[in-house]
Amino acid sequence: MASVASASLTLGAGGGTRISAPRWVWVLVPLLALAGIFFYPLFFIVKQSLTGDAGPPTLAHYAALLSSSFFHAALLRTIQIAVLSTIGCLALGFVLALIVSFVPFPGVRLFSGFIDTILAFPSFLIALSFTFLYGSAGAFNFIFMDLLHTTQPPIDFVYTKWGVILAEVTFYTPFVMRPLLAAFSQLDTALIEVASSLGARPFRIIREIIFPEAVPAMLAGGSLCLLLTLNEFGIVLFIGAKGVVTLPMVIYGKAIQEFDYTAGCVAAVVNIALSVGLYSLYRYVLSRTGGGRASVL
Amino acid sequence: MLGAELGRNVAASDTPREASARRQPGIRFESVTVAYGHTVALEDFSLDIEPGEVMALLGPSGSGKTTALRAVAGFVTPARGRIFLGDTDVTQMPPFRRGIGMVVQQYALFPHMRVEQNVGFGLRAGGAPRGEIAARVREWLQLVGMGAYAARYPQELSGGQQQRVAIARALAIRPKVLLLDEPLSALDAQLRSGMLNEIARLHRELPDVTILYVTHDQIEALTLADRIAVMNESKLVDVGSAQSLYQQPPSRFTATFVGNANLLAVTIVEFDYARQQARVRLGPRMLQVAASAAAHPGETRMLCIRPHALSLEPHAAGANTIEGTVTDVQWRGSAHRLYLDVDGAELCVDSKPLRAPPPRGQRVSLHFAPHDATLLAAPDGPSAGGRRAEPPGDRL
Repeated sequence: MASVASASLTLGAGGGTRISAPRWVWVLVPLLALAGIFFYPLFFIVKQSLTGDAGPPTLAHYAALLSSSFFHAALLRTIQIAVLSTIGCLALGFVLALIVSFVPFPGVRLFSGFIDTILAFPSFLIALSFTFLYGSAGAFNFIFMDLLHTTQPPIDFVYTKWGVILAEVTFYTPFVMRPLLAAFSQLDTALIEVASSLGARPFRIIREIIFPEAVPAMLAGGSLCLLLTLNEFGIVLFIGAKGVVTLPMVIYGKAIQEFDYTAGCVAAVVNIALSVGLYSLYRYVLSRTGGGRASVL
Repeated sequence: MLGAELGRNVAASDTPREASARRQPGIRFESVTVAYGHTVALEDFSLDIEPGEVMALLGPSGSGKTTALRAVAGFVTPARGRIFLGDTDVTQMPPFRRGIGMVVQQYALFPHMRVEQNVGFGLRAGGAPRGEIAARVREWLQLVGMGAYAARYPQELSGGQQQRVAIARALAIRPKVLLLDEPLSALDAQLRSGMLNEIARLHRELPDVTILYVTHDQIEALTLADRIAVMNESKLVDVGSAQSLYQQPPSRFTATFVGNANLLAVTIVEFDYARQQARVRLGPRMLQVAASAAAHPGETRMLCIRPHALSLEPHAAGANTIEGTVTDVQWRGSAHRLYLDVDGAELCVDSKPLRAPPPRGQRVSLHFAPHDATLLAAPDGPSAGGRRAEPPGDRL
């Protein structure tokens, strides 16, 4: 029982100094740090959303924001962009991971390294590069306007929700590819060879052998994508798409631009609830579909 | 049941082999060379496998036997040469068009599919009607004794059961050729022995399936194969029936790899053409041995004697007796294995279990019958004496 109730820490190479303390002490320290850094501000956000600047707790602030059509549109737009971006990331990530893993080509290592580099970029950089490439005065429009002898830019999707989605797909696809590449590296090539010898053509092998093995990794990568795109702020802000307002933009607009902290906190709480709900769903789905194999993430 | 199905299109007068010769293709390698970058994995490999024949590719690791099998399956493309299934050149044909069943060492069952789905995979890929798939899956699972496990997943099966399912899956598509790549290597000794019998039984029931069996285990090869192709260092060394390779090994490598033979350098003294026997000199001793090919007095040959063909004699008297000093004694349950030093060469002897095995250092006498020994070509290496060869296949 003593070993359960207490734990000791030995300092120094010779084991000269021993600190013996109850086990809960070792849990308490990180818990306090977490509370100070995360739960305390969270508590104040929730408190502000309920009480406003002063007064007793009430749900009136929630009712006011949640009933506004502006908020409904932002919520729907957030979910729509996140879902479409995640689908795009899954599709593109699966195809690219397949090519990298099973269709060896010169420069595959360089390509793989480039994917890791994208993971290290800040997300707004992608939005910025999109503006330079596909924006009204971007490189592609400049070339096409010259070729087509027109004054109107022919590429005109960047400042719409599709521009945001494309930028998010570009930025977040590596988050799907990484676990997929790890899963494919674990896949026994004998499965593919045997399937092929049994008469299965490449598409059937992808559909019936490779894809089922990739599902846990896709769930892991896809869920991460969904969570990240749901909370994406930098790309939406830098693209500056007209009429594309997402929840993080609502929070920013209310709290920073309009100084309406209460409404900003209400939107933040809704955003947090959405993220936590999705994360819980992800854990549940993962536990039902062989989550152990998704630990590659 | 199965034999009836396979024999549906066979004329009543046909023997299974005759029928298979007409219906099933054999395999033909024509000077096949396979290279991985600058490494040659299979060099100028030519071999004819008859329809319905079981051919074992036997050799140590890295001898090129699996590469040969993968070339037949279509997973590697030869740099030179051609491969035929029957009269069809399949050298450039994609694997899914070849109609080959394949069983690999680690079973390679699809982990997310139930047993019945695994067995039916090839049938689905081939576009068989759903009703026919179910019937054939049932039939094949019954044949390999796995009928009761149809709804299970592979991870719920033992190694032996998984291998049975893998065999049923490969056979369910009615392949022209069945490729078995070390199919028993992952099983323990007892299961391996049982599965060996199972495969032998399956082949008796399916005499028209041509089987290419890759193994490094001589017992598997000797048990199953009609013929054995011995391979070493990416090349074909010898081909022959299991019996001929064992009793009359054409080369030193085959003699030692198949059956762990003792090889001793001897000098021909006299050759009796009528009796097909030769008198040879081994150090100071004169020995009488069988010799199928002409041997000239004064020539150096290798005397090949199997360990079990040597018997311990209480006295150093009589013909064909060799004396040596015991260097090691090993008890192997059903036999004692002795290692002896004979004039600097090592000799291996398998005897019945001995009540009082000779201790190390004791001088003993060994006897062998002339027809239990054979003469091989002169040594092609520096060693003129016997060597302690322990092929992996010795473990069964």
